[in-house]
Amino acid sequence: MSGAPKKRLEVEELGDIAVVSFIDKKILDEQNIQLIGEQLFALVDNDKKKKIVLDFSNVDYLSSAALGKIIALNNKVKKEGGKLVLCQIKDDIKEVFTITRLDKLIKIVDDQQTALQAAS
Amino acid sequence: MTDSAQNPSAFEPVDVVIASDPALAREVQDRIEEMLSKTDASERDIFCIKLALEEGLVNAIKHGNQMDPAKSVTIQYHVQKLSFEIRITDQGPGFDPDDLPDPTAIENLERPCGRGVMLMRHYMSDVEYYPPGNSMRMRRDFKPKQA
Repeated sequence: MSGAPKKRLEVEELGDIAVVSFIDKKILDEQNIQLIGEQLFALVDNDKKKKIVLDFSNVDYLSSAALGKIIALNNKVKKEGGKLVLCQIKDDIKEVFTITRLDKLIKIVDDQQTALQAAS
Repeated sequence: MTDSAQNPSAFEPVDVVIASDPALAREVQDRIEEMLSKTDASERDIFCIKLALEEGLVNAIKHGNQMDPAKSVTIQYHVQKLSFEIRITDQGPGFDPDDLPDPTAIENLERPCGRGVMLMRHYMSDVEYYPPGNSMRMRRDFKPKQA
């Protein structure tokens, strides 16, 4: 296999906030999760984004390895004094955040509008 | 004629050995999902099983066998009209599932790993580990669909 790694995220810039949507419905595959992690971390490390909204409207499945990347992103953003807000999470997926108590660690809101307000 | 030929909601138990390759695990997961769609499993049941399967197989390949292609994972599963059961055995040294740090403890919330076992226990009806901890069995029961 050659060429640039496949884009796994859609990033829209609204002022100083990066609104990130996942392209995949299932964030399960180890290789995909690795790429998603790299692309998320690059937003902070390379693009110097401090305010990030993650939009989950497309996501139907998510594994603990994917949670790990989101936690690592949250740690990175926090270290830079920024904000990470998650939104548009389907009920089944929201349950994953609730039972792991990550909803206590990471800001989760219902819709993108509220997320933008929370991140700004 | 086999039971599965007479009744599409019941399948024979399956016993498969795969190399430590996530792509091969994905093929097994797809086959199981296809079978589950022919049982009384609800969308919720299928969501729970898919999530637990992913965690169980990733644990075996990545943490158990350390992605060593020379090591294999034995997968035994049985899809029935009202239940799903699977046993996953890797060739790693095993671990004590009761010795894992609680991922929901405040001091561990920022740790990026250690949530797989917890998710399997939440999403399956029954999860059991066999010493030395390189083999686990999990099960989920379904409610009968209304006729």
